Amino acid sequence: MSPEKNRSGLGGPRLLIKGGHLIDPASQIDAPMDVLLKEGLVAEVAAPNKIKGGADEKLDARGLIVAPGFIDLHVHLREPGQTYKETIATGTAAAAAGGFTSVSTMPNTVPVVDSVDWIEWLRQPERGAVVNLFAIAAATLASKGITLTDFRALRSAGAIAVTDDGKPILDDRMMRNALVLGGELNLPVVQHAEDTRMTENCSMHAGARSFRLGLRGMTAAAESSIVERDVQLAMNIPNARLHVAHLSTADALKSVRRAKRAKARVTCEVTPHHFTLTDDDMRDYDSNYKMNPPLRSASDREAILVALADGTIDAIATDHAPHASHEKDMEFERAAFGITGLETALALAVMKLHREKGIPLVRIVELFSSGPARCFDMRGRGSLARGSIADVTVFDPKKKWTFEAAKSRSKSRNTPFDGWNLTGKVVATIVGGKIVYAS
Amino acid sequence: MNPARGSLLDIEHLEAGEILRILKFARRMNPDKPRPLLKGKRVMLLFYEASTRTRSSFEIAAKSLGAHTVLIQSIGSSIEKGESLLDTGYTVRAVGADVIVIRHPNAGAAQVMAQHIDLPVINAGDGLHEHPSQALLDAYTILRNRKSFKGLQVAIVGDIFHSRVARSACHLLSKFGVKIILCGPPELAPEIATTLAPGVRVTRHLEDALRGTDVIMLLRVQTERLAGLKIDLTDYIARYQMNPTRLKMARPDAIVMHPGPIIRGLELTSEVADGVQARILEEVHNGVPTRMAILARAVGKMR
Repeated sequence: MSPEKNRSGLGGPRLLIKGGHLIDPASQIDAPMDVLLKEGLVAEVAAPNKIKGGADEKLDARGLIVAPGFIDLHVHLREPGQTYKETIATGTAAAAAGGFTSVSTMPNTVPVVDSVDWIEWLRQPERGAVVNLFAIAAATLASKGITLTDFRALRSAGAIAVTDDGKPILDDRMMRNALVLGGELNLPVVQHAEDTRMTENCSMHAGARSFRLGLRGMTAAAESSIVERDVQLAMNIPNARLHVAHLSTADALKSVRRAKRAKARVTCEVTPHHFTLTDDDMRDYDSNYKMNPPLRSASDREAILVALADGTIDAIATDHAPHASHEKDMEFERAAFGITGLETALALAVMKLHREKGIPLVRIVELFSSGPARCFDMRGRGSLARGSIADVTVFDPKKKWTFEAAKSRSKSRNTPFDGWNLTGKVVATIVGGKIVYAS
Repeated sequence: MNPARGSLLDIEHLEAGEILRILKFARRMNPDKPRPLLKGKRVMLLFYEASTRTRSSFEIAAKSLGAHTVLIQSIGSSIEKGESLLDTGYTVRAVGADVIVIRHPNAGAAQVMAQHIDLPVINAGDGLHEHPSQALLDAYTILRNRKSFKGLQVAIVGDIFHSRVARSACHLLSKFGVKIILCGPPELAPEIATTLAPGVRVTRHLEDALRGTDVIMLLRVQTERLAGLKIDLTDYIARYQMNPTRLKMARPDAIVMHPGPIIRGLELTSEVADGVQARILEEVHNGVPTRMAILARAVGKMR
């Protein structure tokens, strides 16, 4: 796979992905296909050995799955302001290693990304992003929940959604205003659904395990009550678009199901850790099991698995939340919320959804590509139909490997999956026709 | 890193046989007849939270065994300046500590300390989680008043939710087949508490809890930990306060225990606190030999 020298000039470099099995849910393709990329776009998709003409570079994909580039709707890259945890360069390198060709960054940085200037700053080449970076802007100034940001200007500057992630919008009127304005501009409002009035001093899910450990617990109702409120608002506001971030409870899923049946523009994402682990998995007050929303009960996890299979859930998003060790190696109740997730997402999906639950790979690819692309209207992405943007993820669904946090491309090591034996590995990540990661 | 040998982090993971060994050894401990089992050892008492009984009895226990003790409290130490739990741990180790006794407002603090510092760590109470030395001294007290745990029924009345004493007591008593009845309003005695250990049930009615009960353990309503929970204290007193009339619902020879501090007029009346059935000060007294045993075990001298 050693790349030949790129030929600039007429036609541009051509990359042929040869011998692979193409899964492109948006085009309803699940078959052996060759894919030719040219000038940053998908130039041709054809049956094996049918693509004529030379290529500057060939990628041997025999035995591998070729899929539209994965999109992670929910990452924290910590810039501006918290570069000791992560940078756009390190975070997107981890994304590339995890097969993600696009990520959308959360605005809960220091300062909060609530202005056109910061959106533009994030998108500058100096940030060193190795995959496509989409910015989600704050919904209210400094995410204080008091004054809406300038949605129109933020969208023009490139913001693809708005949110006060980490600081949910509790005030009914403020959430209504955000959904109304977002609806007018066709901009999704992303909600971290947590009634923080019910979760003060809480550090895990409220259940038998939290009682045993003497940890105050976040009830499922603290999430589902806000999701229900938001869904009610969204169903009654013309064109409103609501995206439920990192949904984690069975009751919240019920609200989303009802909204979808009513054809409301409501979408949702779940994280790999919520479909993999439960509150019972935490041992010895290990803060790598501390995140928000917390790991939930086994029945919540079961409900999520069902919804992943039946199409209720639109996307898998990692909520990649890097933290320095000094923010994690401490009393569980005082440790920061959040875990990294970019490099383990695919393998967990292959293992927990495909191998254990029999969910077909085509659905898993959808959850990583066309599903998230639809949530935030990422045009030209999430499909490998001819003319699409040449973002491609090539992976081996059978490859066994061991994840070592110490070798992560992220700056941080806060993951519960360190040392896990995994199945399913990214082989190549291609962004705009260029290979940005190869293993 | 696994906790060092001799650590006492919780009752949940302590085997019944080991509990009995500690209790048996405690019977041989007497602060008035000092034994130099910890001669030359340094016991660090890290107290991140207020304490009267636990702190003083650990200190007396350590000194009775010939140890040096150093008390480090969050106020007046580098903890106040923002030093992390683990950095404090590394520091006391570097200073030459042999044993760490830690009281902390956060659940799991002793566990986290023991995972990083290769010294025996004794949990003197961690948040809402456990208070193992209290459970052991309570077991010791029960066995001073009863021949064995066999056939016993224990009622724990009051603020179970916020009580590390209750959690440790449930684990300990359950290991010996004791029937445990938790009693209080739903906010303080939630149904989920029955999942703690076999043989635990919950009731809202004091009469139900006391009928046939041998040991009544009363708990303080931890108003400082309620965190937004609204508890009507007048209503609590009306339904759950232990007074002489209610005490008669239990077995005539029932004993009344309380880990302290007691609030007279709230969870119990003075007649009960000072009555013949009360064992509250005996518990405090028994804290010293029990903690002597725990410290001897920490340094491998419980033989």
